[in-house]
Formats: sequence, C-alpha cells, structure tokens
Amino acid sequence: MTASVRRALAYVLLVGLSVAVLVPFAWMVSSSLKLDAEVFSVPVRWIPVEFHWSNFVTIWERVPLLTYLRNSVFLSVTITALQVLTGSFAAYGFAKVRFPGRDVLFLAYIGTIAVPWQAYMVPQYVIMEKAGLVNTHLSLILLQAFSAFGVFLMRQYYLTIPDELSEAARLDGLSEYGIWARIILPLSKPALASLALLTFVNTWNDYMGPFIYLTDNKLWTIQLGLRSFVGLYDAEYAMIMTGSVLSVLPILVIFLLGQKYFVRGIATSGLK
Amino acid sequence: MSAPAQAPATRRRSRSRTWIGWSFILPNFLGFAALTLIPVIASLALSFLDWDSYSTPRWVGLDNFERMIHNDNFWTALRNTAYYAVGHVPLTLAAALGFAVLLNQKLKGVRFFRTALFFPYITSLVAVAVVWNMLLSPDLGPVNQFLRAIGIDNPPGWTTSTTWAMPAVIVASVWRDLGYYMILYLAGLQTIPAELYEAAEVDGATGWQRFRYITLPGLRPTTFFVLIMLTISSFKVFDLIQVMTEGGPGRATLVLSQVIYREGIVQGRFGYSSAVSMVLFVIVLTITIVQFRLQKRNET
Repeated sequence: MTASVRRALAYVLLVGLSVAVLVPFAWMVSSSLKLDAEVFSVPVRWIPVEFHWSNFVTIWERVPLLTYLRNSVFLSVTITALQVLTGSFAAYGFAKVRFPGRDVLFLAYIGTIAVPWQAYMVPQYVIMEKAGLVNTHLSLILLQAFSAFGVFLMRQYYLTIPDELSEAARLDGLSEYGIWARIILPLSKPALASLALLTFVNTWNDYMGPFIYLTDNKLWTIQLGLRSFVGLYDAEYAMIMTGSVLSVLPILVIFLLGQKYFVRGIATSGLK
Repeated sequence: MSAPAQAPATRRRSRSRTWIGWSFILPNFLGFAALTLIPVIASLALSFLDWDSYSTPRWVGLDNFERMIHNDNFWTALRNTAYYAVGHVPLTLAAALGFAVLLNQKLKGVRFFRTALFFPYITSLVAVAVVWNMLLSPDLGPVNQFLRAIGIDNPPGWTTSTTWAMPAVIVASVWRDLGYYMILYLAGLQTIPAELYEAAEVDGATGWQRFRYITLPGLRPTTFFVLIMLTISSFKVFDLIQVMTEGGPGRATLVLSQVIYREGIVQGRFGYSSAVSMVLFVIVLTITIVQFRLQKRNET
C-alpha cells in the first residue's frame, strides 16, 4: 500500500518536473508557428490560434539560411571525419603498440584536456593570424579536428579489447596497420559512433569558434546566422523562434537515431 | 643463440616498433602539437611579455599581473565568475542527482524522460539563450506572468536588471546542464549493489535512510567527479553569457573568459590577456587539486 503510494508520488513528481524542463521547447515550437504580435500574449497561449506554417517558408527568404546550413554541415562533417580517423589511428598507437616515450606523450595529451580552452585561445589566435587563416573554414577545421578528447575516448575503448586478438593477427602475418583496419576498427564501432556523434553535435552547436574566427557572412554557420538575425530583428519574435527550431531540428534527428551511443560515450568519458 | 647476438636484433625490433607507434600517432599529433600543445605552453610565456598586436614582444616580468590586480574589470569579472559558480554548481548537482534517483526506479516511460531531460544539453546554445531571454522577458514573458499569477506583484526584471541578470543566466545554465550530469549519476547508481537496498528494507530502513546511508555514500566517486567537472565548467563559462547578456547589463554578468576574449582577441593585447588566462588556469587547477586531496582524505 505505502509502496504503491510512494510509486505514484514519484511518478507525479517525475512527470511534473519533466514537463517543467520541456516548457522552453514547447514555447519555442508554439511561438515559431505564431505571428509576431501573438508571441507575448496574456495569458500565455501554448497552442497557436492559427498555425502559421508559412513562417517556415518565409525564413528562407529573410536570411541566407541555405548558406549557413551548408557551412555548418561542411564543417561538422569534415571535422568529425578527421577527428574519428586520426583519433582512432592515434589511439591504436597509444593502446596497442609499446614503444619508449609513449606514456609521456599520452600524459601530454591528457594534461591539455585539463587546461581550459580559454587559457590558450589567444596564442591559438595569434598562430592562425600569422598563418593568414583567420576568416577561413580551414582555421576551424585545424583547431577542432585533432582534439585530445577523441584520442582519449578511443584509447579507453581499445584498452578493453583483449591483446590476444592482435597477437593472433600478428602471428598470421598481418601488419600493425592491417590489425588496426581489419580487427580493431570493426570491433570498436560503438566507440566510433559515440565519438562521431559527440563531435558532430559539438561542432554543429559551437558558437565561440565561428564567432571568433569567421567574420565573412558567406562563411557563417547556422549558429552565427541565428545570433545575427536576433541582433538585427529583435522584435520578430516568431521568426526568431522559427530559426531556432530549424537550428535544433537536425540535432534532434541525430540524437534520436543515435541516443544509445551518446549516453554510452558520456558514461565512458566520465567514469574511466 | 648467445646473448650478445640477440641484443642488436632486439634493439632493431624496438626501433621499428617506435617507428610504427609514432606513425599511428603522428597524423593526430601534428595538429594537436601545433594548435593545442604549443599554445598551452606559449600562453604561459606570453603572460610575461608586453605584446600587443602592433608591437614587438618584450619581456616585462610581472608587469601584466600588476596591471591586472589594479584593474577594476578583472576583479568584477572574477567576482561574477565566482558568483556564477556558487549558483551553478550546487543547483545543477542537486537537480541532476534528484532526476537520476527518480529515473533509477522501475517506472513506465523512464526511457522517454531520460531522453527528454538530456536533450537541453545538446540543444544549440544560441537557441537556448534566445528562448530563455524570451521566457524571462520582464513584462509579458511567461515566467513573470506565472509569478504574477501566484501573487508576486513585482517579479524580477531578469536579464534587464543588474541584480537579476546573473540568476537568470544561472537558471538557463542549470536547465541546460542537468541532463548531462544526470547521465553520469545514472551510471553511478548502477554500481551500487541491489543487495544493500534489500538488506536495508529487511532491517526496516525508511526511504530517506536508504538514500542517506546507501545511495549517497555509494555515489561518492560520481559526486566527486561531477563536482570537479561542474566547477571547472563554471569557471570556463562563456558562450551562454555572451549570447544571453553579453556581460551586461553594465558589467553585471561579465566573466573572466569574456575579459580574456575582449582583451586578447578584440583589443589584441596578447600579453595582458594571457596573464588573465593564467589566473583562470590556476583557479581551475587549484580546485581540481583541492578536491582530489579532500577525496583522498575521505577515503582513508
């Protein structure tokens, strides 16, 4: 009896709090379908009187959304591909090949993870400026594709793969590169998926990188585009929310498809 | 085979292993060294230089630091950053722990709630900031409408008020981050053996007692990790504030990272901004070390 009452209570609490957490999304979606004048109504109207789907058409004419989306997709895909490729390759060196100096080198990788990015963003900027790469996509690709985090995540996973597998392959005459490509990579699909999804989402959502490095409107990502739209037309509430919905939508789709890998990636990076 | 004959062969094999090892690491290492390792080391050196974007670098010892401690902006930013951390850390921790404990029960629809609660964490920052600015809009925003409805006649001005701008930012940041730490706590809860709870139930322990004497101690390693991560991320806060308030109104939400950005990248004062970033680094490092010490003492 008391157990079932407690259960019911926990349920009510959970539902209530979760709804509260989801309110901002509800507001975002409902406002994106209203007229500007209807967004701030008293009392709050959670379901629009009339659904103005046309907002989702108009916005493409108001802002160069296609350019922004194309830039975001290009940066996210390139950075993710490079990160996964070089990260898993380097992780094999750290986890499966024994050679002098390896552990010191790995310590240097780990050490930089603990340093806040803001502490070295100025030297980074100076290097990019001297190289003439400020205001290019290449600057962001170089900055984000070789992160220590990716190497760390993949190495942790490779350590859980028994060495006997690579030993056996070595006896069969497979080279180290062959072992990486044919044995380890296929076995580490879940970790690769985690790293790819986390990197993609981080790059897609990144604001500071593009904000610092990209000044040319043609190079802007969806985040910069949305921010600038808010700055220019701060009274067009509905249109701002339409843009927000569109910027979040791709992430929602990716998240729902790969949820399992997100959770696993976070749990791995957190607790090992 | 005799021992001396073996040595060169072993050495040769070890040398080729070194080659192979490096060949794996090199593609990543080139990018990592040029754009992370070298900048990290350089930022330390830069803080002792007088170097603006137009001048040639000159060694000035501790001058940058001296200028910093006499700078009002620096102290305001340091205070604000600490204020943000003091709000953000305990609230996020409590919310994450609370949701994790609720979600750890065998209830219907738990998967849905976990997904929903995690989603704010991967929602783009600009969208989060924009939505919260609207929700917290002083006159007609839904939050203040709600507050008026429950009898608060004079609800806060949130991001338009110097007093309430920081709490507004903290609310948005707790909302965004709680799902991430909830996942860490959920993973931690899996490591507590179910037998402990069963034994406690047999002994007639109440729900609160089970939480207090089994769950909390069992989660200690997770809490330790969460605390470190939360504190570090609080001191690094940047994007959310940059988009929500740009440090304002006035300097009410100006934080350390913004000072570094404004001085170093906007104004091009490389030396001075690096001194400020050293402070940020030392704070983060100190917190990490202190928490490690405390954790060790608790364990013994």
